[in-house]
Formats: sequence, structure tokens, C-alpha cells
Amino acid sequence: MTAPGTPVVRATGVRMSYGDVQVLNGVDFTVSAGEVSCVIGPSGSGKSTFLRCVNGLEPVLGGSLRVLGEEVGHTLRDGRYHPWTPKEFAAFRRNIGMVFQRFNLFAHQSALENVACGPVHVLGSPADEARGLAMEHLERVGLAGHAHKRPHQLSGGQQQRVAIARALAMNPALMLFDEPTSALDPELVDEVLEVMKGLAADGMTMVVVTHEIAFAREVGDWLTFFDDGVAVERGRPGELLAAPGQERTRAFLSSVLGPREGLP
Amino acid sequence: MSVRTEPIVDGTGTPVPVARTLHWGRWVGAAAALAVAGWLVYLVVINPRLDWTKVAEYLFNDRILAGVWVTIEISVVATALGLVLGVLIAIMRLSYNPVLSGLAWGYIWFFRGTPVLVQLIFWYNLAYLFPELVLKIPFTMIGVKWDTNEVMTGFTSAMLGLGLNLAAYFAETVRAGIQAVDRGQTEAAYALGMTPAKRMRVIVLPQALRIIIPPTGNEFISMLKTTSLVYVVAGHDLMTNASQIYKANNLIMELLIVASLWYMLMTAVATFLQGRLERRFGSDAVRLVRGGGLAARVLPKATA
Repeated sequence: MTAPGTPVVRATGVRMSYGDVQVLNGVDFTVSAGEVSCVIGPSGSGKSTFLRCVNGLEPVLGGSLRVLGEEVGHTLRDGRYHPWTPKEFAAFRRNIGMVFQRFNLFAHQSALENVACGPVHVLGSPADEARGLAMEHLERVGLAGHAHKRPHQLSGGQQQRVAIARALAMNPALMLFDEPTSALDPELVDEVLEVMKGLAADGMTMVVVTHEIAFAREVGDWLTFFDDGVAVERGRPGELLAAPGQERTRAFLSSVLGPREGLP
Repeated sequence: MSVRTEPIVDGTGTPVPVARTLHWGRWVGAAAALAVAGWLVYLVVINPRLDWTKVAEYLFNDRILAGVWVTIEISVVATALGLVLGVLIAIMRLSYNPVLSGLAWGYIWFFRGTPVLVQLIFWYNLAYLFPELVLKIPFTMIGVKWDTNEVMTGFTSAMLGLGLNLAAYFAETVRAGIQAVDRGQTEAAYALGMTPAKRMRVIVLPQALRIIIPPTGNEFISMLKTTSLVYVVAGHDLMTNASQIYKANNLIMELLIVASLWYMLMTAVATFLQGRLERRFGSDAVRLVRGGGLAARVLPKATA
């Protein structure tokens, strides 16, 4: 594992657009090893797109994004940056776990096969070894009893916990969560957040795009507010939530939390 | 539709029976349709010019049986060729490489745009263009040479013509199947660190199969009957042999009935097998792509 305190993600002026639509307008963002960094912001603010840039699912079109010591998408050789091949992208992503809003479990595989899939097909682990490890990861998220069920036989909360176990099975140095509880029924949110809290307590480096302000306050080391394709403001969650420095942040927080949460 | 037969209890507590509805329209319609259909069948069956004993005699004729066998052979080989090539062309068609994608498009356009009969005759007469087929290492004398007319028998041209034709249609089916797999599956596969090829083989194709398999069965059933076109290139299939017999003895209708009975039997068996295949792969399409893969090794019995 990376030594605590060293930067795992360092974005400077990251820009990205879909055709003419500018999505990221120069994002500055840092996560250090062992930290939990939560990202909030209105929909369309670019927070999910930024997260997808971090593991190369979307291209960075301007600025610099260094993740785990590499410039995402390019390698410096002979004085020039060379774009990555699909193989290089794949090798880079092995070290980064990603959890999606809509779970994206492999629909044709059981929970256990989903978790064993990465080790077997990407790392080339022997099947029975991968199966044993997958079972341990399922136990960790409390789903050992559902190992042989298909995704459609599991509740949303259970599917998301399997998805977390699947990402953990690759032993990643960084975990990305893209609104992991937004697609869940309210009563299923907590079981997923509990698993994430356990991960944070174990010292996993995490970037969490979320609408769960309470989670950010309790678990996050840092809280960043995104709006209009930029990281507007970053601070300790308690301080930022109590006293936002920017008018935009204040407006967003009062619309999410309501005036009664003790905002000025 | 369910119909009420239980009596209705009226206000005084007496059960009153429910009358049956008589569907007069249905009875008249059914009778008229039966009369027309029965009359047509009767006209054929009692036709004095049709000799049913000859039908029985030729049903198990050696040449007919040999033809049935060749028809099955051509269907199986041509379908296999079509499926393999079809998957390849579909993947080329979806490739980011514009040349590969364009070539696949051209292939599909050409083979769907020309009648399969024309293609069959083309392959059979390939010797007009290339009297010899040569396979050798360039700039050396090492290689093999065949006489085209010996290679392009009725059987091989049937196999090639039907197989290459099916590949064009099947490529479109596979493409639709691949595109129907949720984009999130691809993203999750990439996020795990899979290369595009591995994602296709391990995640996308097994799921696409569920969409691809039902039409595949139809393609095979349709192929069984399309092989009858092979008779223009004398492929020794069921139709070729039947036609050669009736050209000699003039029992045209009798032999067409014999051939039809066999085609009906073959399609019935194929339809039955297709149903089994669909049930088996409806929920579990993994094994066809990677036989005895992860599912089999990790979960010997647990997938039920």
C-alpha cells in the first residue's frame, strides 16, 4: 500500500468536453493515501465525469491528471507523451476499484463468479484460489450466504455490496465510488454505507461522489464541492458544512439540507 | 377464457343456474374453414393420377436416404461456417478500425444483396475464373495446387455458397446481440482491468448469446430447406436426388411428396432441438463461449 500522506490523485486544471459541451473547466483536486475524499455538487456539475477521468473511462482533454504516479492516458517517452494502448489502460485500472451507481454486476455470473472474475481473468489466479478469496470478500460485505445467487436475485443493496467486493478482490490502491447509493431504495442505503465505513476504517484511499451529506460529514477526511465543471471549494467536512466560504456552496447546501440544519 | 358454471344465488336464497352461451358465429366459421381445407386435401389424396404406393416405395429409397444425409451434412457444415464467420464479421463491423468496419459492411452488403442461387452457381463455376487454385509461400516454389473443378464439387460449392451467405445475415444478428448488452457491463469490465478483447469474450459475448441463440435456430431450420437450391449445382442432396429420380420415371408429384415428408421431419427435429437449446441457454449462456470455463470450475453444481 502507498505510504500515508503521499498524493494518489493530483489533478491540475483538468478539462474535458463532450463535443461542444464543456464538462470539466479546469478541476484542481488532490487525494492522499489513506484519505477518504467526498465530492458533492448539483447534477451536471461534472463530479461523476471527473471520477470517470480518474480511471480513464473518460479522456482528459486538458490540464494534468496524475493518478498513482502516472499521467492518466499518456506515458512520457523520448520527450513526448504517448497515448496509452488499451492494454496499458487495462494495466493501470487493475489498481483502481470502481463502484457504479447502477452496480453493473455481470448479469450472467453469480455473486461469487462476479467477485472471482477479476482475479481469474485479469490477474490469472488459479480458479479455486480465486474462489476462496472471493468467498472471504463476500463474507466481509456480509453476503457469504448469497454467493451462488445471480444479480437479479439480489436486492439493490446486496448487489452494490457484491460490486464493492468485486472491486476489492483486485486489491486496489484506490477505490472510486460513483454515487453508490443513489439508485437504492432508502431502506437499503445504510447497509452499503456501513460497508464503506468499514473500508474507510481499514485505511482504504477512497474518492466518493455522493449525495449522502451525513456520510461525508462522518467518514470523509475532505469534502469537495463541484459546480459548473470546477472544484469550487474544498475543506474539512465539518467546517465546510458549517461555514461554506462560497455563495454557490451555501446555496447548494441549503437546498439539500434545508435551512434547519444550522447553516448561516 | 374462464366461464362461470356455479349457480348465482338470488335475493331469496335460491341458487339459479347460469345458461351456456352458444357461439353460433364460431361454429359457422369453423365449419366453413374445415370444409374448404378438407376439400383441398381430399382432392389431392383421392387424385387418381397420384400413386401413393409409389410414395411409400420411394420414401426409403437408397438414393433418397443418401440425399437426406447429404442435406443434413451441408446444413450443419454451412451453418457452422456461417456462425464462425458471422461472429468474426460482426466484431469487425463494430471495430474502431474504419477499414475493418468498412470491409465488413461491404461483405454484408454484397452477400445480402445478391440471390443465394446466383452465389451457388458462381462458386460451382469458379473454374472459369481460376482454373487452378494455388496455395504457396510468396516468392518460393513451396506450395500446393488443385484443379478447381475437382475442388468445387456440388458439395463444396453448396457449403461455401450457403455458409458465406449465412455469415452475412448472422453477422447482423450477432451485432444486434452485442449492442443489446448494457453499456455498464463493458464499463465494469474495463474498470476491473480487462482489455477490449477479454471484455468481449468473457463478459459481452456470453450475454449476447441469449439474444443470438433463438434466431440461430431459425437460421438452421431455414438452411435445411434452402439446401434444396443446391440441386442446380448437383450437390447430391435430397432435392437433387429426388429430381434425378423423377426426371427418369416422371413421378414428379410422388417424389416431391417424398422430399417434403423428409424436409418436414428434419425441420420438426430441428425445431425440437432449438426449443431445448433456448431453454438451456436462456439463463446460462456462459458455457458455449468458454466450455468448462470459470462457471464450471468454480461452481460445479451450484448454478442450478
